Order: sequence, then structure tokens, then C-alpha cells
Amino acid sequence: MPIELIIPLLAAAVQSGTPILYATLGEMITEKSGVLNLGVEGMMMVGALSAFWISLATGSPWLGFLMGGVCAAMLAAVHGLVCLGFQGNQVVSGLAVTIFGVGLANYLGTPLVGTQGIGFSKVSLPVLADIPVLGTILFHQDVLVYLSFGLPVLIWAFFRYTSLGLHLRSVGENPVAAATAGLNVIGLRWLGVLLGGFLVGLGGAYLSLAYIHLWTNGLTAGRGWIAVALVIFAFWRPGRAVFGAYLFGGVMAFQLRLQAMGTDIPASILMMLPYALTILVLIASTMTGRGGEAPAALAVNMEPEE
Amino acid sequence: MRLIRVTKRTEPLGWGSVLVFCAALGLSLSLACAALAVQGVAPLRALALLWEGGFGSTWSLEDSLRKAIPIYLCALGVSFTFRMQIWNIGAEGQFALGAIGAAWAVLTFPHLPAVALLPLMMLSAGAAGAFWALIPALTKVRLGVNEIISTLMLNYIGILLLNYLVYGPWRDPAGRGFPMTMEYPAAAQIGMLGGTRLHWGLVLCVVLSGLAWLFLNKTRLGYEIRASGESLRTARYAFMPYGFLVFLVMGICGMLAGWAGFVETSAVAHRLQPSILVGYGYTAIVVAWVARLKIGPMALAAFLLAGLRVGVEVLQLELRVPAAFGHILEGLVLLTVLAGQFFHYYRLRLEWPVRRAEGR
Repeated sequence: MPIELIIPLLAAAVQSGTPILYATLGEMITEKSGVLNLGVEGMMMVGALSAFWISLATGSPWLGFLMGGVCAAMLAAVHGLVCLGFQGNQVVSGLAVTIFGVGLANYLGTPLVGTQGIGFSKVSLPVLADIPVLGTILFHQDVLVYLSFGLPVLIWAFFRYTSLGLHLRSVGENPVAAATAGLNVIGLRWLGVLLGGFLVGLGGAYLSLAYIHLWTNGLTAGRGWIAVALVIFAFWRPGRAVFGAYLFGGVMAFQLRLQAMGTDIPASILMMLPYALTILVLIASTMTGRGGEAPAALAVNMEPEE
Repeated sequence: MRLIRVTKRTEPLGWGSVLVFCAALGLSLSLACAALAVQGVAPLRALALLWEGGFGSTWSLEDSLRKAIPIYLCALGVSFTFRMQIWNIGAEGQFALGAIGAAWAVLTFPHLPAVALLPLMMLSAGAAGAFWALIPALTKVRLGVNEIISTLMLNYIGILLLNYLVYGPWRDPAGRGFPMTMEYPAAAQIGMLGGTRLHWGLVLCVVLSGLAWLFLNKTRLGYEIRASGESLRTARYAFMPYGFLVFLVMGICGMLAGWAGFVETSAVAHRLQPSILVGYGYTAIVVAWVARLKIGPMALAAFLLAGLRVGVEVLQLELRVPAAFGHILEGLVLLTVLAGQFFHYYRLRLEWPVRRAEGR
């Protein structure tokens, strides 16, 4: 493939990978605290809708972006209430959050279908954008993409160098020992759930504010589930999450482009690509990493004290 | 100084569980009605329509039962895997593959008589559904791949496969461009139960329920499935063939979901078309869990949720409520029932600060 086709494709990969990156990092934080939240798809949808709606109502895309995160965190709190408050099964609760969240967003969003929204447009960064190849790929993007560049580093440093990050990790590894050491296990897990939900919501908000400036129902199209898979693929490491997210962004962008170019391959077959790749990537990562790096107490509820 | 103390429950909840379930249902209905009120729909009128539409007349009861059949078949299958803590959420895709399998039989042998064609359809639908479920079983047992993700991705792929077939090679040339196969010949249609709008799929459900109960409670394999679900470690100690059991429950689930696809295409839609995919596989998960994987309560829950679905369709028509309202309701029912199950295992005791001070 000629270079003048590859560079725009890579730029598109970064853009379409960005919402997946936000969501993957969010789910990663939640899982590090020992809580499995399968509500990502639902939380992304709620984040996307509230961001779209609030920015439209207030005229401020930044407020919309922020509130997308907040509203998704509120939905994550439902998961927290069921699992941390009522000891509900985390797998089932997460599924329910997805069913509910997707339903809620499509329900409230139905009157908005086809509405043109406001959002972020691309801004070239001075100097950096002039770097050949890399500049075109990375620095001709919108501001939310630039924001996402810093996030994996921030999260990595948070888990590695701050005591709060260490505490969060330890309640995911061994909640009983953490409680014995005087940590507030439930409180820390709540933090993981809410902070993670907030980031997932930002991923959803990216979709409706920067990726598409138009509301359509079912906007996330499985990206939330791909994010859940990427957490496993990334072995719970923020750096690898970047790689995974851009890989998937690339495949999604590639498939869209092929469709737009009008290939002979039927659209339904092309649309299978990201889902099939998810399975292949999971096979590859479990074969090399064996999933041994999952937080030891992932999806295990802590019994309420006697 | 806490007023509420949580203690482990020693005796089973008994009739209290019915109370908890009703409270959960009531809470989710009122929350869903609040969502309706936000959109300017009168909640009480909506509730009345929901009841009327789902359960209020013979016509609507028949509709609810018709919808309950595929939901129940999928739920029965899913309950096998959940019993072993295999998180198969792929019933939707297995349902799609079953429908594809049945359609393949019809399109390949359109002139067979019913006595040959219906069993063949059932065979190929069951095999196709089981095949779709055995892929994630294989990757789980052999490679340790998380089955939640793989079954879910296979849902998307299965649905797209169905779309590909009905938009492409299997499209009915006489269908005026609609994405669907030709209408099934009479020999490929499951008959109706005398004088009603219900079909023989209902009888299939009853027979399969009996078989499932016998299998789980009266056979060694059934016992092993239940035991390894309760404690994987015990099962390993007892040298139960864990991997084999995973294949078995996934295969059973895929087959049952596949049959649901067969029943739905053969008896209701009379052809393969994308509109048969309305999320029965996901509703089945709600049903299985709400009924705590018990066969009798699952049948009841399937009927109840099917009724809600029919009721929501009436709401759509009468009050222009978006279709997604049904998902809100289903999600809420699952969340509240799940939270309510807390009371199966724990009891709350009110405790006065004074007593506590004396006691310790």
C-alpha cells in the first residue's frame, strides 16, 4: 500500500483508538482495585449521550466532556452499590449495568437521533505537527487526543509511585490482608469503581463529541466490550493498553475505509474484523501471558464483617 | 456506633424470597416509570397498558407465551453454563446460528416431507448452535481465554453472518429486495396447537425441562456439573473431568439456544430474516439469574419477561415510547433482584448504640 494511504490511515487509527483507550484505562483502574465491571459498554453509551446533550444545551463541549465522565461514574456507582453494598455477583451486575445503560442512552437519545451536535475539531500543534510522518499521524488531532497521550503515563505513575495507587492495587490483590493492615477496602474499591467509570465515560464522550458530531443510537458498537478485552490483552499495564487501543482503532478505521472505497467484500464480512481480531488478540495474549497478571482478587467480593 | 449489623443467615429465607422478589420488581417498575415521566408519559397509564398488553387478554397471553418459548430455551441452556460458573453470554449468537442451521436445511432440501425436514432442521440447528458454543469452550479449556469476551464477540460475528447470508447468497430473489430468505414451505413449519396461536415449540419446552431436570438430578454427570459449579477445587480433588464438563454444558447451551432459533424461524417468522434477532439471548441471561437457575422459576420468569416485552411493544405503539424502554426495564429488574439476593445470605439486625456499649 502506498505511503500516502498509510499515513492518513494511521492518523485515523489514533483517532478511532482514542475512545477505546480512555475506556480501557478506566476499566483497568477499576479492575486493579479488584472489581470487575462489565458495564463498560453501557457506561460508554451513557457518557456519550450525556456529553452530547449537555454540550448541546450549554454550548460548552468541555462541560459536556466532563459531564460525560460524571454521568458514567454515576452509572458505575449503581454497580458499586450492587456489588460493594449488596454483595451481588460482579459478572451479572456488570451485564445488567450494560443492558440498563445502553437502554437508557438509546431511550433518552431517540428524540436526538440525527441531531447535529457541537464538539471538538482538529487543532494542529505548532512545531510538533511539522515533524515528518509522526507529526501528521499524532499532532493533527483534536485536543482530547492530546489529553489522552498523557493519561497512560499518569496512571502508570499513579500506581507505581503514589501511596494511594499502591493501596488501590493492594485491595485488588489481597483485600483481607489490606483490611488487616488498616486500609478501608470498600472505600478504596468505591474509588476504583468511580474513577474508572469516569474515564470510561470520557471515552464515550469522545465518541459523540469528537469522533462523530451526530447522535445515533448504538453509537458505541461494541467498543466497550473491546475495551474489556484489551485490559486482559494489556496485562493490566497502561503502556500496552495504548498499543492495543491503536491496533483496534486501526482495524476499525481500515474496515470503514474499505467499505467507503466500495470493495467486493460484503460489508457484514468487513464489520466482523474487529470482533474476530478481539478473539485472536485474546488468544495471543493468554498464550504468552497466561493471564497470570490479573489482580488476584478480581471479581471476588469481600464478605461484610460479622 | 452502628445501628445496623450484618450477620450471616443460618436458615433459608423461604417465603421471604418471594417478598424480596416482589419488592425488587416493584422498585424497578417504579424507577422505569420515573424514566417515562421524564419523557412526559403518564406513568400510571403506561403501567396499565404494560399489564394490559402483556397479560390482560387471551390474545396478549398467547403473545407472551409465544415470546417466552425462545427466551426460556435460551435461559435453560444458559443456566447449565452458569451452574458451572462458566460465564457464557453467547446465547444470542448461538440463537442466530441455530436459525441459520435450520434455514440451511430448508434451503438445501426444500422438497422433503415434514417428517424428514423438521427433524433435519432441528438437527442442523442444534449442531450449528452447539458449534458456536464449542469455539469459546475450546479456547477457554485449551488456552485459558476469557469466555465472557469470546462468547460476546461471537454474538456480533454470528449476527453479522446472518446478515451476510440474507443480504447475499440466501436472499429471496422474489423478496422485492428485502433481506430475507424465501418463505418456508409448509413442511418446514412447526404446526400450531389445535385452535390456538401457540405452536408445538411449547411442548418441546416442557419435554426438555423434564429431561434437564432428570439429567441434573438423577445422573452422575448432572451431579458433577452441580458439584463443580459449587466448588471448583472440590471438583478437581474428586478428579471430575472439568474440561469435559465445560464442553458438555457449553454444547448443551448452544444446542438449546440453537433450537430456540429453529423454533422462532420455523413457527413464527417462517423464514430467516434479521428481525428475529431481538435480544432473546440477553433476556435469557436475566431470566436465568433472576430465577437463580431453577427450572420451574425460570419458566415463570421467562413468561414474565416475555410479557413485559409484549407490553413494551404496546407502549411503543400507543404512547410512542422508544423500544429501548424494554432494556431499561430488564436491566433494572436484574440489578434490583441481584441486590435483593443479599437477603438470601445475610440478615440485617437493628442494634441500639446503648446495647452495643454494654455488650462490648
